[in-house]
Amino acid sequence: MSAQADPAHRPRKSTLLPPRLRPGVAIAVTGVIFAAAAILLGSRVSAYYYLAAYTILQFVVLGTAWNILGGYGGYVNFGTAGFFAAGCYTTIVLNKLFQLPLLIDMLAAAAIAGLMGLATGYLTLRLRGIFFSIATLALAIVLQTVIVNWGFVGGARGVYVVRPQISGLFDSYAHLLVTLMIGLATCAVLAAWAVERSWIGIGLAAIRDDETAAETSGVPSLRLKLIATTMSGALMGMAGAPFPYYVSYVDPATAFSLAITVNSIAMPLIGGTAAWWGPLAGAIMLGSVQQVLTVTISSAANLFFVGMLLVLFLTAAPRGVVGIARAWKRGRAWT
Amino acid sequence: MSFSWDLLVNAVVTGVVLGGFYAATAIGVTIEFGMLDIVNIAHPAFIIGGAYLGYLGWSAFDFDPFVSMAVFAPLGWLFGRAFYRGYHVFFERRGDEALQGLAFFFGILFVIEIGLVLTFGVDYRSIVAPYVSKTFGIGPISISWRLMLPFLVGLGMLAGIQLFLSRTFVGRTILAVAQDAEAVRLIGADPIRAKEIAFGIATASAIVAGILLIIIQPVEPSIGREYIGRVFAICVVGGMASIPGALVASLILGVAETLTTTFFGPSWSPAVSFGLLLVTLALRPAGIFGR
Repeated sequence: MSAQADPAHRPRKSTLLPPRLRPGVAIAVTGVIFAAAAILLGSRVSAYYYLAAYTILQFVVLGTAWNILGGYGGYVNFGTAGFFAAGCYTTIVLNKLFQLPLLIDMLAAAAIAGLMGLATGYLTLRLRGIFFSIATLALAIVLQTVIVNWGFVGGARGVYVVRPQISGLFDSYAHLLVTLMIGLATCAVLAAWAVERSWIGIGLAAIRDDETAAETSGVPSLRLKLIATTMSGALMGMAGAPFPYYVSYVDPATAFSLAITVNSIAMPLIGGTAAWWGPLAGAIMLGSVQQVLTVTISSAANLFFVGMLLVLFLTAAPRGVVGIARAWKRGRAWT
Repeated sequence: MSFSWDLLVNAVVTGVVLGGFYAATAIGVTIEFGMLDIVNIAHPAFIIGGAYLGYLGWSAFDFDPFVSMAVFAPLGWLFGRAFYRGYHVFFERRGDEALQGLAFFFGILFVIEIGLVLTFGVDYRSIVAPYVSKTFGIGPISISWRLMLPFLVGLGMLAGIQLFLSRTFVGRTILAVAQDAEAVRLIGADPIRAKEIAFGIATASAIVAGILLIIIQPVEPSIGREYIGRVFAICVVGGMASIPGALVASLILGVAETLTTTFFGPSWSPAVSFGLLLVTLALRPAGIFGR
């Protein structure tokens, strides 16, 4: 049946873009607008806002990356901090050895963290999901122990990183990092959206609902899970790669902080795991509130708040903001 | 460090004694994860909560650690039963254990840790019972009562739980739930109630293990994380639902950790349990004693 023959399905607006591509274009355009705004504003805005924006954007990337495996596939990764720190320390090692451009550091971090994800997945994804979760936790601790004992990257004492000189478009290094992070966050959300609507996302959803049934119907479950683990790990590593330049001093306790793991789990689950905009909404909401709380009360209090909010949402609204929005939309459609 | 036989023998003996204490920390996970299929990743936080209860009893009421155990373990039992009821209503009944339930336990772990930081601060807290500072020696080996008492209490607790599970009606119902919850329902027993009691026992064991922990060493809120690796490594290596398996796995882990600490330095010891866990998951996920 063609669209012309059925007037109810005739598109009302312009057909310039197929509707299924619109979210992707909207994400890309928003990203470009934000990046352009950041470049134009330059040093006219207080540096504090850049630092706050950087943290929120970093969590957009981490939450989105976590959700590709956790939300779509139903496999809980407790090792976000491990992948993030792998990215951090890739930059530190490369910075000590060669002084490469940050973009190359980020690609190397993506490769290393992606391989880490692939290896962990390959070893444990054939077992029940819970063993994957415990293995990711184990991976983070083993990696942290290795870093603590590795003198070349500063060991337990940590390491100072000198920011490179900048020129051209950017007024300060913080300015450059924020623009870079806007780009990375846009790419991450685009990737999540693309996964969600492709055969990978559909296969992962089938695995999440019933893995045995999915395998019986011919879903290549191990391959899909490995793709998701690798993507997710690579994005987490890329989120970690600029971090040493952002803080200029890194020690294992910061890079492997439990707060990173908790936030990357809390943000998608509070936002909602079913759609690409869930982790985005969660990261923006929770990230902004945390910035305010850290400044006004204390950073321990803000972590307590995140934990409590996570527990509250899981018990009272297990589908997150996405679930609330969908229920509201459905309710309105019925009346 | 130069090698010496005395050092090796001492390390092995200390490891075995430490392993008895590890068994006390892991028995709760063997029950929750191995038997009830509840992945309580917050169990180590319950242990640290128990350690702070021991500290509170000692500093506020002048309780001996063993008096604290007698007072707080029953409270832990009640708390565990109520906690499981809540978990059952919000997650098990909805069929949300895999993603939301697991994240819930992680959130609880985090809330307890940060809650302890906000209440007691990040300083190390300790108690000094009069009898723990002494040591006794057999030939070249010397063992401190600080480690020996937790070892004995741990073994006693394991034996008690094993007897309860195998000899009483409720205990056998719990074992039956571990095998097939639906079949238990068919013979007229209530699997939810059995799981509730078992979870209560597991939580009480965490409180006892926590008070043992603060006898052994000073405690601060974040050391619970080290025990995540230990308890799950012991549970998996021991074959999930087997209490004797968990005991043997605890002894193996205790010896492996003290050997690592003695010959490579304490900074490597956190990796031992997780390394053991990763190797077991990769090579023999059913554990040493699994079928």
